[in-house]
Amino acid sequence: MSSALNNPAHPRNVQLTSDGRLKHFLSINGLSKALLTEILDTAESFANMGEQAVKKVPLLRGKTIVNLFFENSTRTRATFELAAKRLSADVLNLDIKTSSTAKGETLMDTLQNIEAMYADMFVVRHADSGAAHFIASQITPRVAIINAGDGRHAHPTQAMLDMFTIRKHKGGFEGLKVAIVGDILHSRVARSQIRALNTLGAAEVRLVAPKTLLPIGIEEMGAKIYTRMEEGIKDVDVVIMLRLQKERMTGALLPSEAEFYRLYGLTTEKLSYAHPEAIVMHPGPINRGVEIESAVADGPRSVILQQVGYGIATRMAVMSMAMSGQMHERAQIQ
Amino acid sequence: MKISILGGRVIDPAQVLDQIIDVHIQEGKILALGDCPTGFKAEQTINAEGLIVCPGFIDLCSHLREPGPSYKGNIASETQAALAGGFTQVCARPDTQPPLDSPAVIRVVRERAELAGKAKVLPIGALTQGLEGQLLSNMSSLQAAGCVALTNLRRPVQDNLILRRCLEYAATFDILVVFYPEDSALKGSGFAHEGSLSSQLGLEGIPETAETLALAQTLLLVEQTGIRAHFAHLSTARAVTQVAEAKARGLAVTADVALSHLLFTEACLESFDSNFHLEPPLRSEADRLGLLQGLKDGTISAVSSSHLPHEAAAKMAPFSVSEPGMSSLEVVLPQMLALVENGWLNLGDLVKRLALAPAKLLGIESGALWPGYAADLILVDPEANWVLDEQTSFSAGQNTPFWKQSLKGRVVTSLVDGEIRFNLN
Repeated sequence: MSSALNNPAHPRNVQLTSDGRLKHFLSINGLSKALLTEILDTAESFANMGEQAVKKVPLLRGKTIVNLFFENSTRTRATFELAAKRLSADVLNLDIKTSSTAKGETLMDTLQNIEAMYADMFVVRHADSGAAHFIASQITPRVAIINAGDGRHAHPTQAMLDMFTIRKHKGGFEGLKVAIVGDILHSRVARSQIRALNTLGAAEVRLVAPKTLLPIGIEEMGAKIYTRMEEGIKDVDVVIMLRLQKERMTGALLPSEAEFYRLYGLTTEKLSYAHPEAIVMHPGPINRGVEIESAVADGPRSVILQQVGYGIATRMAVMSMAMSGQMHERAQIQ
Repeated sequence: MKISILGGRVIDPAQVLDQIIDVHIQEGKILALGDCPTGFKAEQTINAEGLIVCPGFIDLCSHLREPGPSYKGNIASETQAALAGGFTQVCARPDTQPPLDSPAVIRVVRERAELAGKAKVLPIGALTQGLEGQLLSNMSSLQAAGCVALTNLRRPVQDNLILRRCLEYAATFDILVVFYPEDSALKGSGFAHEGSLSSQLGLEGIPETAETLALAQTLLLVEQTGIRAHFAHLSTARAVTQVAEAKARGLAVTADVALSHLLFTEACLESFDSNFHLEPPLRSEADRLGLLQGLKDGTISAVSSSHLPHEAAAKMAPFSVSEPGMSSLEVVLPQMLALVENGWLNLGDLVKRLALAPAKLLGIESGALWPGYAADLILVDPEANWVLDEQTSFSAGQNTPFWKQSLKGRVVTSLVDGEIRFNLN
């Protein structure tokens, strides 16, 4: 940063080893197209494992992975647990209820205690943006950290499984037009998707939402803003719908669910504006009749359930790569 | 004690002075500059060759942590840090525990400061009882107990009617009121400058209008009530313009900026480093340049340390839940010297912004080396290279991005009331 005098802050990519390998997986930001492609290719090699009689590979045998969920999540935690077990790792699940005002000491002490049990990897979900970065850079740098969602900031494994889904169904990213619809403001998934799509070379990323749900200046990430659904999804190849939380109605962001559904809900009729072969995605869990019509969610264009299956393979890829990078760096230091 | 400081480069903007000249001190006061007055015989001489001699700095906003949690610091540790940073007087923020809203607490603070015998403490009292924004504080008693100003900090006053009454009552006693303009509703739960970067990082934003809207409203009430008003810690370029316009239409208002906002921008948040979690938030590069311009043209008359020491654990947390603030008393001088080196101001302006202007806006006879003024002055080695660490720092707070960084420019000696209270060697 040239603007500040004697600025001692050196933003560096904490998730890479000195030779550019993944050692934590914190966000898509700063990762190259080659690295993202490597994640997708690695995921591809794991993709058919679920159908085999023995659903395990010994890549992480003897390694201890701790799922640290400071925020509730059933589905994401389950896919991380399955992914770890299919890599033959030992898994410990910790649900740590914490209020957003809890002292940093608690988080720091908790993590250092678990590190003292010789954990090799933490899968962290936390309500505060930057929590995974904080842990990786300040608390336990020698434990591989996988970000399973931090505040509104990033949810990179979800974004990568979405990229995997898109590549599977659309063959690649060249010339691809993608619309992300709904509550962009609170969505860490959307932020990670925008980065991943741009890095992988998608032709156009569109964000469709009312202005109260669009973060200020988000277009600078590489996205076009649309406030009308019909224009926003016109001719797109992929429609990604986001979950709308009920709290948004009480926070003076939206007047009612009904009005949101009328304007932005994905119905069969609205989907007709998209490319005839467009696929419909959703990070789940879906709100039927709030952001998406049942006929669309269960229809032939929906790949929502496939996404869940791909999630395991993608997480296996990220976990094995980060562990390998972390081991590599530890070996070099010793 | 009679002291002569010999051969230093004396910089005193009040006297438009920048020359190598001797300073003579007697009975705690400046006796004369220049030739030794007849009959004066120094008991101690200080060789100041190669050093800058100037009035001691006056900080407009320091948190001294006392009364309150002692693990974050206390009056003795923070006034010692102040002296090491060149501040011979520091204004104490009222958000202590309990707050500075009664003469009894003010007395305790002043006694502790005298007992510590380091920098002098100028308490700033609470504008409302308990800083709760509902009932007027005992302003006249606070003034009599030694408060130099009143403020409600960033705590909201319940409504504009109560604020108006506060200002009218303060005007009765001609007390300076310090405002930290921020609309608490627009701020909401935000903790970063609202813009593309905070959106990308998923950090909840505080819009520019949280500051400018509050400032515009307050300026109108200041005009209506005729109080002496000071606006502290401006963070936006537009606020500088608003203050300039108010001054142009004849309002007797002043403004300051926190050192951190002259140095850093929101870009520092990219690594989620909680040392940059500040109030107000670090804003855009355009804002930083606007603040520097305001400092240069005098719209912003003073620079404040905004010193807020914390224990290490307060910052060992994800950005949003870390405690805001930076420990900064000890780095103001080297960083201001860096601004001089970069051409933003000259040495005379530096002394003016840190000593003379704060004294003037507080209405105290200080910040200059006039004969008869208290001998609060410092000796500075502008070329000294040093590292801020456990060996050199006196503050209880290590919450600064300059920790273990090398700095250029250092206070060698600080005198308070003609007494050497800090000496490097």
